[in-house]
Amino acid sequence: MKRELLDRLLRARRAKRPAAVVTDLETGEQWLVESGERAPGGVGEETLAAVRAALRADRAGPVEIGGRALFINVYNPPLRMIVIGAVHIAQPLVGAARLAGFEVFVIDPRHAFAADARFPDVRVTTQWPDEALAALAPDARCAIVALTHDPKLDDPALAIALRSEAFYVGALGSRKTHAKRVERLREQGVSDEQIARIRGPVGLAIGARTPAEIAISIIAEVVQQLRQPA
Amino acid sequence: MADAIDADDVLGYAEAWRAQGRGAALATVVSTWGSAPRPVGSQLVVSDAGEFFGSVSGGCIEGAVIEAAQRVIAGGGIQRLRFGVTNEMAWEVGLACGGDIEIFVERIE
Repeated sequence: MKRELLDRLLRARRAKRPAAVVTDLETGEQWLVESGERAPGGVGEETLAAVRAALRADRAGPVEIGGRALFINVYNPPLRMIVIGAVHIAQPLVGAARLAGFEVFVIDPRHAFAADARFPDVRVTTQWPDEALAALAPDARCAIVALTHDPKLDDPALAIALRSEAFYVGALGSRKTHAKRVERLREQGVSDEQIARIRGPVGLAIGARTPAEIAISIIAEVVQQLRQPA
Repeated sequence: MADAIDADDVLGYAEAWRAQGRGAALATVVSTWGSAPRPVGSQLVVSDAGEFFGSVSGGCIEGAVIEAAQRVIAGGGIQRLRFGVTNEMAWEVGLACGGDIEIFVERIE
């Protein structure tokens, strides 16, 4: 690997931009493909399509194109989880999400909830959820979970989450709470198709009762959505 | 080097070693057959002094890969290595049965 390619790859990673390295396994020739940028010379249409598919699936692998044995390695930005509501369940959820490799952000404009002591080592922002979410610019490697139970906080966040490419959008609440939420979002002009993306009641149905169990059911559902998208 | 060495970042070690003027090689799992201990794309970086970071097999074949990497650091070029992980070795790293792994080794120029 040439120094210049390594440097560009590291720059992409530090800027959290998806990138892939294509290697000709016979000759050692190598190309860096950055998403959103023009493909380098030497990377044809077919290879570029394979790179895009590999980045989408987050899966490295060998491919044979035009009689050449190529290897595509994917360097996707880290997974992120954005939690709305620095509530009781958020505490174990932050731990479970980190265990699964997520970089975690908590949003709660209520200072008493967002107190640093409750969430040591977590970035807690006290902006309003819609502003805070917009600033975090959720992408396809992002899961968003609304936990406040408060429509003033959850609804604007969900409206933004549903317009983003986030691979998972979940909201805490019973079936009844969720039905009311669906109605409110509909009134705000969110389409049925978008509303259907919300996982609510949130989490896999494993009979979770304690905050830790609920956190585990949420993270399990997030992983399922990531690894086995419908 | 404020952010060069990230504990999870194999590439960061490659960069740091090269910035110190030291030799480094990168080994990548490019194919697996059967049950392989580390997924395709996993990487191990090796310095000219034999230090290494990352993993391509969870320990079964690291020794051989590190030796090959040092040859590549000294002599340049690339190497493709194929290993069978025997059932016995697989057991050592917590797998029920073995598989085959292909590793691509390249020098960081």
